[in-house]
Amino acid sequence: MKGIEAFQQLVPLFGDVPVVHANGYICRESFSLKDREANFYMIGSMGLASSIGLGVALCKPDHKVIVLDGDGNVLMSMGTLAMIAAEAPKNLVHVVIDNEVYESTGKQRSISNAVALEQVAKSAGYRQAIRVDKKEEIKPAFEKLMNSEGPVFLLIKVEPCFDPKTGRVTHTPEEITQRFMKSLRPA
Amino acid sequence: MSSFTSQTFIDRLIQENFKFFTGVPCSLLSGLISHLEEIEDVKYTPSVREDAAVGLCAGAYLAGSLPVLLMQNSGLGYCLNAFTSLNLIYRIPVLVIMSWRGQGGKDAPEHIIMGDIDQKLLETAGMDYSILRPENCDQVLATAMRKIHDEKLPYTLIVEKGLFDERH
Repeated sequence: MKGIEAFQQLVPLFGDVPVVHANGYICRESFSLKDREANFYMIGSMGLASSIGLGVALCKPDHKVIVLDGDGNVLMSMGTLAMIAAEAPKNLVHVVIDNEVYESTGKQRSISNAVALEQVAKSAGYRQAIRVDKKEEIKPAFEKLMNSEGPVFLLIKVEPCFDPKTGRVTHTPEEITQRFMKSLRPA
Repeated sequence: MSSFTSQTFIDRLIQENFKFFTGVPCSLLSGLISHLEEIEDVKYTPSVREDAAVGLCAGAYLAGSLPVLLMQNSGLGYCLNAFTSLNLIYRIPVLVIMSWRGQGGKDAPEHIIMGDIDQKLLETAGMDYSILRPENCDQVLATAMRKIHDEKLPYTLIVEKGLFDERH
């Protein structure tokens, strides 16, 4: 499956759940497909989507929280997988779009072709870790994990297909902070 | 003046509504971290690296909690990209408690260079800080709280050797 097909399957399933996005391709593809106030677009600080998501999950234990991550980000911060497993937030769902490249910088290869990230997550101590390769598998796997006790991990293997003309997030970083915080506040 | 200890300082932070604490240990902060682990009103989450602690604090702030990051100055290098490309541009504040290893060039070799440049690095990044002392605690905390609440930016309190008790 192409990367964009994974986003097309996933994004409609987010509902009103807060989603912390990794930088680069992940932010840009998701933003271009559907912008949401409950999306935190991390435009810099590569590697930190998972720790930001963990912080949200620990401080909002009654909310589901999704981290939408990439293989490059996960590899950069593998220690955070251990932190997530150790803290074991029941409300955290970690989704990784794995295209085996640093796509938005020109498709330089990452090393996730040789490292099974779902096995790393499982060994670290995530309660469940599932790998999917076909787009039809995404919805049932995601819904199963959303209804399970976290932390859970969904690895979606995709082929690179990023169009460099895909837009960048147009909100200022301060706007991203404000609207994400507003979306988390009780109505 | 009442005595200044790990306990009284943590109590002051709790009064300021800090409830979420994380970090990577330093012997100079060991008394603070031990005390945090002993009390029930707050949560101390161990981080594996200082930049992960910056991310964790950012998430806590986005979710409505006021976060504190405790680390040795050796962690500042790991944090600089997170501070410049996350906290400073998104206006996500954090109170950083940073120990000053290598002060005055008198320490183990690995601390000497960072001990000399840590405050210059903060200044270059445009990040405000104060050296915490028993006699200026209320004043520097008031400055930090203005930075955090009004400007929504990080503030660093630097801890010299001997300020807090050490647990070995």
